[in-house]
Amino acid sequence: MAKSKNISDFVIERDQNRCIKCHACVRVCANDVHFKDDATSEVASDDSKCVGCHFCEDLCPTGALVIRKNPSETRENAHWKKEYIYRIVRQAETGGIVLTGMGCDRPYKNYFDHILLNAAQVTNPSIDPLREPMELKTFIGRKIDAVNLDDLNWKTTSIDEIMSGLLELEVPIMFSAMSFGSISLNACKAIAEAAKLCGTYWNTGEGGLHQSLYPYADRAIVQIASGRFGVSSEYLSRAAAVEIKIGQGAKPGIGGHLPGEKVSQEISLTRMIPQGSDAISPAPHHDIYSIEDLRQLIFAIKETVDYKKPVGVKIAAVHNVAPIASGIVRAGADFITIDGVRGGTGAAPVVIRDNVGIPIEIAIAVVDQRLRDEGIRNQISIVAAGGFRTSSDIIKAITLGADAVYIGTSALIALGCHVCQKCYTGKCNWGIATQDPYLTRRLNPEIGTKRLCNLLRAWSLEMKEMLGGMGINAIESLRGNREQLRGIDLSEIELKILGIKHAGESW
Amino acid sequence: MVKPKRIIIKEEYCIGCRLCEIYCVTKHSCAKEIIKMYKEKKIASESGICFEEKGSISFAIQCRHCDDAPCLEACITGAMFRDKDTGRVLHNKEKCVGCWMCVMVCPVGVVKISQSEKRVASKCDLCIDREFPACVENCPNEAIYVVDYEGKKITKE
Repeated sequence: MAKSKNISDFVIERDQNRCIKCHACVRVCANDVHFKDDATSEVASDDSKCVGCHFCEDLCPTGALVIRKNPSETRENAHWKKEYIYRIVRQAETGGIVLTGMGCDRPYKNYFDHILLNAAQVTNPSIDPLREPMELKTFIGRKIDAVNLDDLNWKTTSIDEIMSGLLELEVPIMFSAMSFGSISLNACKAIAEAAKLCGTYWNTGEGGLHQSLYPYADRAIVQIASGRFGVSSEYLSRAAAVEIKIGQGAKPGIGGHLPGEKVSQEISLTRMIPQGSDAISPAPHHDIYSIEDLRQLIFAIKETVDYKKPVGVKIAAVHNVAPIASGIVRAGADFITIDGVRGGTGAAPVVIRDNVGIPIEIAIAVVDQRLRDEGIRNQISIVAAGGFRTSSDIIKAITLGADAVYIGTSALIALGCHVCQKCYTGKCNWGIATQDPYLTRRLNPEIGTKRLCNLLRAWSLEMKEMLGGMGINAIESLRGNREQLRGIDLSEIELKILGIKHAGESW
Repeated sequence: MVKPKRIIIKEEYCIGCRLCEIYCVTKHSCAKEIIKMYKEKKIASESGICFEEKGSISFAIQCRHCDDAPCLEACITGAMFRDKDTGRVLHNKEKCVGCWMCVMVCPVGVVKISQSEKRVASKCDLCIDREFPACVENCPNEAIYVVDYEGKKITKE
């Protein structure tokens, strides 16, 4: 007999002494975990449906609910871990690919946790960012090789002209590509408005630009992915920049699939596809099979936008990332987005998410080094993405050579996400990864915008403190300044790839 | 006449949790702590909120404290009165005889028949003794908020 095992990940502890039977939990749970037990008139819960999103726990007015990890254990086995056993059970029952959401959750070595920052002592003074100006301003795009001052007629040429076609960021943090479809319109609105208020940029993802987001289009990086959803000349002309998406860190080499039931009228209008039809993004771009093909698309877009807007290419960090990046520069891109293995997604096969790609720390280091070796680093900006948790991760990424970073998961966490990894079910209790009108209303964009702005403010204050500590007063002076980093607990080859010295080595 | 502040509803952000009602009842009861109030049955009042729900749309509506409040005209004993200091429409239980004329004439249907006391009407007093009504303060999604008489949003900061 092969009987299905109880595979509830969580147990819900309800303190009946505290529960006042207000039924708030019953009303709000999208997974129908809580219910009114008619026999006892008490509120009860079905643990097996709980995804651990903590919405009920946060909402309960008396703190009667605690969601705990299910303590039920199989016999401890370092190889046959509980999650693998249960995954086999699920697949034996369903015969399908196991899906998941968010980024890779495997305990691979996190290089950010093995890199230490420098600080100024005696021989150079540190700077107090509260008393002295400190600059985080960043420009994204192709920078000219040299400005020949003699040839310039300063009466007719302004510095703005020389810098034209660059994205100007007040903080080197942008919101990464999350489409309307993968997340709710309210979440898009919160992100777009926060980007506009904070002087940074947000990315539409492959979902097109919804009409209500037109006011934020001047701060939008629009994406062209393999499905080409929502792409029109108007889409390109409204945006601040264009990004061609080749791959994403959570699922390199894999396409996307927005199921037809999620393609509502609004999504159908935005994506320009029939209502209720599946939105399928193929794995490759069917017109891009080489760097030359990519160059054709880049210049087709540049022609459309009159060479006034930066055009970038987004790739997943894979083994061959450095030569591919070099090819992308030569194809004429103005910025390259590299998405590491911990980059998030709305839905991906769990085996792909957890096993494909390389960490972003390493990808930044090798791409920056390769482009510098080839003397083409100034022709492109590197935007790193994939699992930035704190401002120190961002500072380290910039010191390794990134120009700016994209944050996706951190932004969603600021909006309420508890990283339960169930985005693909479309039942997000926090109103983020869902299109259900009953759930999307839970995300008030006004609150969301405030929270995202707070996050960016907090992180930029912290970044300024770290910069000041190093005696540096502009982020531009830290970019690629790997002498400010030291590795700890890293092997020689890891240090060589990251291009940093081990802790204890002086300049 | 002093114009009262008002509670504005943003129904598009109401998540239907009905926590506003719970906090309203708690605020107007003798036990100020939720668990004690519910467990020891010290519920002394009804919630002043009318919660409406259909499909995915829901909202919580309270007394509008109308400028030309029909309940004031309809009240036969003067139990319903306008507070001179705050401009709010308030209700004096001592005077109320339970004729339910206020319930009949209320254009938004927010005057309720009290279940806990006999022959008494019950309605929202905008939490007379605190700056922020309990429902507004505890709404998890800011689906209800307070504006002053000029329509300016009042925030805590």
